[in-house]
Amino acid sequence: MKSTVIVFPGSNCDRDMKVALEKATGSTVDMAWHGDTDLKPSDLIVLPGGFSYGDYLRPGAMAAKSPIMANVIARAKSGTPILGICNGFQVLCETGLLPGVLMRNASLRYVCRDVHVKVEQPETPFTLAYQKGAILRIPVAHHDGNYFADADQLDRLEGEDQVVVRYCNEDGNVAASANPNGSQRNIAGICDGSRRIVGMMPHPERLFESALGGCDGLGVLDSIKQAVNTAVAH
Amino acid sequence: MTQSTPEAANITPELIAEHGLKPDEYQRLLEIMGHEPSLTELGIFSVMWSEHCSYKSSRFWLKQLPTSGPQVIQGPGENAGIVDLGDGDCAVFKMESHNHPSYIEPYQGAATGVGGIMRDVFTMGARPVANLNALRFGAPEHPKTRHLVNGVVAGIGGYGNCVGVPTVGGEVNFDAAYNNNILVNAMCIGLAKTDKIFYSAARGADLPVVYVGSKTGRDGIHGATMASAEFDDDSDEKRPTVQVGDPFTEKLLIEACLELMALDVIIAIQDMGAAGLTSSTSEMADKGGVGIELNLDHVPQREVGMTAYEMLLSESQERMLMVLKPGSEPDAEAVFHKWGLDFAVIGRTNDSGRMVVKHKGIIEADIPVANLADSAPLYERPWTTEPPPRRILAEWIEPPESIMGALKTIMAHPSGCSRRWVWEQYDHMVMGDTIQRPGGDAAVVRIHGTNKAIAACCDVTPRYVLADPAMGTKQAVAETWRNLTAVGAEPLAITDNLNYANPERPEIMGQFVQSIKGMTEACEVLAYPVVAGNVSLYNETNGVGIPPTPAIGGVGIIKDLSKRVDMSAKHAGNLLVALGAEEGHLGQTLYQQIIAGGLDGAPPPVDLHAEKATGDFVRTLIREQAIQSAHDISDGGLLVAIAEMALAGNVGVEIFPYEGTLPAHAIWFGEDQARYIIEVSPETADSILERTRQNSLPARIVGRLGGDKLSIGRAETLELAELKSAHEAWFPKYMDSVSD
Repeated sequence: MKSTVIVFPGSNCDRDMKVALEKATGSTVDMAWHGDTDLKPSDLIVLPGGFSYGDYLRPGAMAAKSPIMANVIARAKSGTPILGICNGFQVLCETGLLPGVLMRNASLRYVCRDVHVKVEQPETPFTLAYQKGAILRIPVAHHDGNYFADADQLDRLEGEDQVVVRYCNEDGNVAASANPNGSQRNIAGICDGSRRIVGMMPHPERLFESALGGCDGLGVLDSIKQAVNTAVAH
Repeated sequence: MTQSTPEAANITPELIAEHGLKPDEYQRLLEIMGHEPSLTELGIFSVMWSEHCSYKSSRFWLKQLPTSGPQVIQGPGENAGIVDLGDGDCAVFKMESHNHPSYIEPYQGAATGVGGIMRDVFTMGARPVANLNALRFGAPEHPKTRHLVNGVVAGIGGYGNCVGVPTVGGEVNFDAAYNNNILVNAMCIGLAKTDKIFYSAARGADLPVVYVGSKTGRDGIHGATMASAEFDDDSDEKRPTVQVGDPFTEKLLIEACLELMALDVIIAIQDMGAAGLTSSTSEMADKGGVGIELNLDHVPQREVGMTAYEMLLSESQERMLMVLKPGSEPDAEAVFHKWGLDFAVIGRTNDSGRMVVKHKGIIEADIPVANLADSAPLYERPWTTEPPPRRILAEWIEPPESIMGALKTIMAHPSGCSRRWVWEQYDHMVMGDTIQRPGGDAAVVRIHGTNKAIAACCDVTPRYVLADPAMGTKQAVAETWRNLTAVGAEPLAITDNLNYANPERPEIMGQFVQSIKGMTEACEVLAYPVVAGNVSLYNETNGVGIPPTPAIGGVGIIKDLSKRVDMSAKHAGNLLVALGAEEGHLGQTLYQQIIAGGLDGAPPPVDLHAEKATGDFVRTLIREQAIQSAHDISDGGLLVAIAEMALAGNVGVEIFPYEGTLPAHAIWFGEDQARYIIEVSPETADSILERTRQNSLPARIVGRLGGDKLSIGRAETLELAELKSAHEAWFPKYMDSVSD
């Protein structure tokens, strides 16, 4: 299978994602540069974490207008699964592929720690290895992860089952105390209507082996493998 | 071309003094130049001969430090030190202060400190993989402290997080002695291949001198001079001398430099740190034994109308100077343009031995390089020292009303509480190789793609050093060695960051001299040399100085990651064994400070041979996978160490009452050195204790894991949950409360 990680100037989780994807898929991963205007065929595309373009203007705002993103948007519309993690989620929102926006954390401080999230939508290419309701321990590391959309939009997201993961306590309780950044309705990740485009603030690529302190992120990688294998089999 | 500039005409004594040069130093300048300098030349001498750049008060003593060993590839004198990690890998590291700027402008001061130390590391061909820091702030109740903590922590995070290098460890202290002079010491470790190390010596004539990175602006002019003087009431007016950082550019610069380094076209490379273009040019020329002619017309400039003086003294960040193989300029330029960075050939090397600077057709400076470096003032400043204070006996210090009450008070105190609020603002996981996160004895970062790791930590206990500079510094070195050992690492070498007050006062110079003596002894006995360092003097305001603060950064190697431990207590039923001699030393301890009314007496003595014997034993047990966890005993003593293990593992401990002859509170809270706690299974406890006897190491079973509380007998109990909330509460509560 072919997977591609997009590298913007200032991306800094691109290598981490590449390592994780290679481990999950057993195949090499293409790294596509922001200035490229063509994008090799790929079974899935990942927008990694980091500070693309130094977060100038707004996180993700400049990356959304970069040459490569025109291709990514075209692929998204033709059905290629796309995962945006952290800054990648911010980029997806800035392109309009996902609704809403990631604002500065309510604490106004950067936050890097393990949080718990509950999987609410396992029917995406990136979460299908999890059971609905599964509770994951997974790291966040961001200054702008405070998900915001207006109430109508939030209702639509929930009505269409587009909330993929929500911040919760260790025991699965979706409580304000479990919310690391002030996100509306504890939203940690969402998908589009097709369920093929997913954005999330937590970093599954940081917790996929016991040496790193846990394996709860492995399911995202397993999901990718299963999804792609299924797609290839069709 | 004409010599001299319009401003050169009038070099007055006031102007010389404003440039921080003493009258005799100016005389020396005149002897070297043979004529009155231009203003630009005066500026160049001013920064190069500043304390910050020339180490004029400390050089004499620094030469005495042990700096060699089979593991050392590069000792002090380059941008960073280098130690061999085996298999063709090496660690490149250094610690550096950014104290003065961080007090004046905490966010940018701290951020650019991080940026600067990372450049020192990647200049040598290493990819930065770990940042650490050692921070000292004033008393929490001081009106500026909260603002400074907030700004410094945000600045460190803002820079390192964006660049994408994990900030994995460090330390934070509060003490009223730092009210007007905070300390921000940043350490960076990078990994390189031993056959791909880059140096700054510009060897060869007629080679292109290339400027890359950010454009030059007017920020940070005279930063080095500012950092070489004490503060007064007008220090806030020095804000314009603080540089402004751009971590995004630093990230691009790292990637571009490492990409270019792979092309094998670089002859020499040097970052533009303190004293910017001036110091990088003169150092490269001096080390290479060549001359350099610069044409400032070609320097990328952020502002219009900059003078030669401003360009040469600017400390604009994220800039590098390189000497390339001739003809390689187009390939090199392509790399930097790909990363969106400036690239300009601004000069050439020659065999004149002079640094000649031209701007708009005028020679602005023409200085013999070797004299600029070698003739820098060197002072053997007068120093005095006092005999160490007497040892305080445990019997003289009141026991607490309750042992567990005292434990909770210490662990909830600003000096003993959790630093989670700080390190959760640092991305400590990016790069995907952080094996031991902050909060352990030492950080552990895997060497990418291998089963090996480096371990690193920063330590110093300023209250010990103030009481007895030689012993306190010895302790700082030993504590880093112990912390590395406690995670299973083999300690390799240290970087120091020596922070002191005004060295022109003999008692301050005496602290420095004694520290060097203590450090020398510790490094020699532990075979743990100094490979890099930085000195920050004049940390004082209106005549009041900081306590001597020799921060030590230690680096070690774990050759097999499956053979390491952390400090978290693991399994109910396991036993905790304390290793090392128990003497109940309470002088200069947290107990004395927090519970018993104030610090007094001698710090705990350090027996380096006991340190080595005990540490080597612990490391052997870890490699045999014979123990489940390990923790060093330091601030707060045995009981705090037990409590930290319990909290980390969320397992209670039934602590066995002490039945010896010393006062119990001295056993629980004494800070005797060279001690560890190890967790052993009940089945192996006897054989491990037998081995301690064979090695003549004092050892005692101090408790059994289990339950959800700490207890000593029936009378003394403390719920873990209660201790945890007390331990975690202070920092966020303090930072979130509004200062008036």
